[in-house]
Amino acid sequence: MSLEPSESRKQPITLPKSGTGIRGLDEITAGGLPAGRPTLICGAAGSGKTLFSMEFLVHGATQFNEPGVFMAFEEKAEELAVNVASLGFDLNELQREGKIRIDHVHVERSEIEETGEYNLDGLFIRLAYAIDSIGAKRVVLDTIESLFAGLTNQAVLRSELRRLFEWLKEKGVTTIITGEKGEASLTRQGLEEYVSDCVILLDHRVENKISTRILRIVKYRGSIHGTNEYPFLIDEEGISVLPVTSLQLNHSVSSERMSSGIPALDKMLGGEGFFRASSILVSGTAGTGKTSIAGSFVDKTCSDGKRAIYFAFEESPRQIVRNMQSINIDLQSHIDAGLLQFSAARPTLNGLEMHLLNIVKLVEKFNPSVVVLDPISNLITVGSNSEVKSVLTRLIDFLQGLGITVMFTALTLNDNRTEQTDDGVSSLVDVWILVRDIESNGERNRGLYVMKSRGMKHSNQVREFVITDQGLKLVEVFLGPEGVLTGSARETQQLLEKTSEALRDHAVSRKDREIERKRFVLESKIASLKEEFESLQEELNKSYIEDELKKSIMDDNRRELTRKRDDLL
Amino acid sequence: MEEVKEDIWELRLYVAGKTARSVAALANLKKYCEEHLKDKYVIEVIDLLVHPQLAEGDQILAIPTLVKKVPEPIRKIIGDLSNEEKVLVGLNIRPAK
Repeated sequence: MSLEPSESRKQPITLPKSGTGIRGLDEITAGGLPAGRPTLICGAAGSGKTLFSMEFLVHGATQFNEPGVFMAFEEKAEELAVNVASLGFDLNELQREGKIRIDHVHVERSEIEETGEYNLDGLFIRLAYAIDSIGAKRVVLDTIESLFAGLTNQAVLRSELRRLFEWLKEKGVTTIITGEKGEASLTRQGLEEYVSDCVILLDHRVENKISTRILRIVKYRGSIHGTNEYPFLIDEEGISVLPVTSLQLNHSVSSERMSSGIPALDKMLGGEGFFRASSILVSGTAGTGKTSIAGSFVDKTCSDGKRAIYFAFEESPRQIVRNMQSINIDLQSHIDAGLLQFSAARPTLNGLEMHLLNIVKLVEKFNPSVVVLDPISNLITVGSNSEVKSVLTRLIDFLQGLGITVMFTALTLNDNRTEQTDDGVSSLVDVWILVRDIESNGERNRGLYVMKSRGMKHSNQVREFVITDQGLKLVEVFLGPEGVLTGSARETQQLLEKTSEALRDHAVSRKDREIERKRFVLESKIASLKEEFESLQEELNKSYIEDELKKSIMDDNRRELTRKRDDLL
Repeated sequence: MEEVKEDIWELRLYVAGKTARSVAALANLKKYCEEHLKDKYVIEVIDLLVHPQLAEGDQILAIPTLVKKVPEPIRKIIGDLSNEEKVLVGLNIRPAK
């Protein structure tokens, strides 16, 4: 017997969903709101309930071909139209086309006298008429709790509301009911009691004077859904919920390399630079040229015809462009060419999650190869360390998933604890470059280290990092007798070495000449000895020949004498 | 209080079909009018099941609803009109206590 569910088990009929068209929401609800059922959207005043429901209707009408009825208990149709016009929704046009119908229900307490039994058939009839007149598939009741202010008979109201929701279900329309947040319950009038299929809570939270909008699916009967608090954004494109919470470490990796824009740095990184889609942290104390490294990287990327986004949290784009010009990096031309986009915002402008959302939105829109965040340290001002880390983790995850290389710069405090960045992100990143002040002989110089670089051979050397008019350079650090030498000490040492080299050269050549002379002397000596030897030899030869000559003559003479004596005989 | 003007009470009773409640409301209304507004009233019964589009104009939610348009101010009385006192006050026939 197996406890595993059998493979052949029929997939049960799942709950049909009605897409909201709201970015990210369909993702966390696995398709949208439950189709043909009521959904309760609750939240405090100003949490975006009306906008949420209006987007649901407008998207339904424009994207899903599902006309909708908006029953407004609070705002007039004209007011609504004006309110959502800023999001590019033309309600009047949609109403003319018969895609949306707005019915303003006005309950004026002072005009109403209650006597005896009644029911809300009038409301039902109105709603039915509105639904039938345009064949609506979606209905919004915003905010039906207003009825409780207008009518006093709570018992009747409650039973009628229950009947209304049942009736809407029977009608098969997907309904959004909005409700104001109550003290102890989700809504003031306990509407959640009647709407049991799906409840979404919108919240608007202010922490450290920074507001964050939060969306949470409190319940969703019959469907899996994300249960976290998701931050959402209301901007000129309406609501976007971006569930950047996944932490799956399964994105594909690339072995493609990309240059850092500083040839000597590439050399330190196994000769080829960073991996594509890796994360790079450039940390250092104030004024060590972190932004310059980032600028150089961006410049290189854009020069290669790729796109980049520069998120500046400290300086304005113009300031960065101007400052980069001083080291011969022309970012303006990349901006003009549409390859580089700046996004500058003070960290305190938004909550952390909002920053993340903004980054994600912009990245999805611009589709860059490289993203720079300069500096991440400032984000600390709007969140705690752990929050920053969580946000950066998700950001890295998101960017790596898209194959985007990201460079962070981070400020480290000058406390010699170089092994740690204050953001605690050093363990997350793939490459960590540290720029550090080396102070000696009354001057400050910059030393650059590659602290870590995953998956590649990298230099363990400290290089002196020089910012010149022509750009960034890395210079070999001199290891003198007193340790590492940088700046003018290095130059002095270089001069010294040059001098001693010249001196040595000179000494060597003098010795060479000496040897040459010695050889010359010796050679001439050898020549004269040779001459001497030859004359001696000649002398010896001479006497020898003379002797020979004498001997032969004497022999001849003797023979002559002998013959002559013989003749005399 | 003497009647200064020959006001005509224009009354509209919104109902949804011939339910017991709407029949009761109409009967009650007619009774009060006969008693207090003899020859000074017009009753128009609107069945929303027949004319659903009329619900929006007078902001009708509850059924039955009695709307008094003239004389001003506009008042709505909802329910089966079983409480005579409240109806008369609502119709400005009798001042509120």
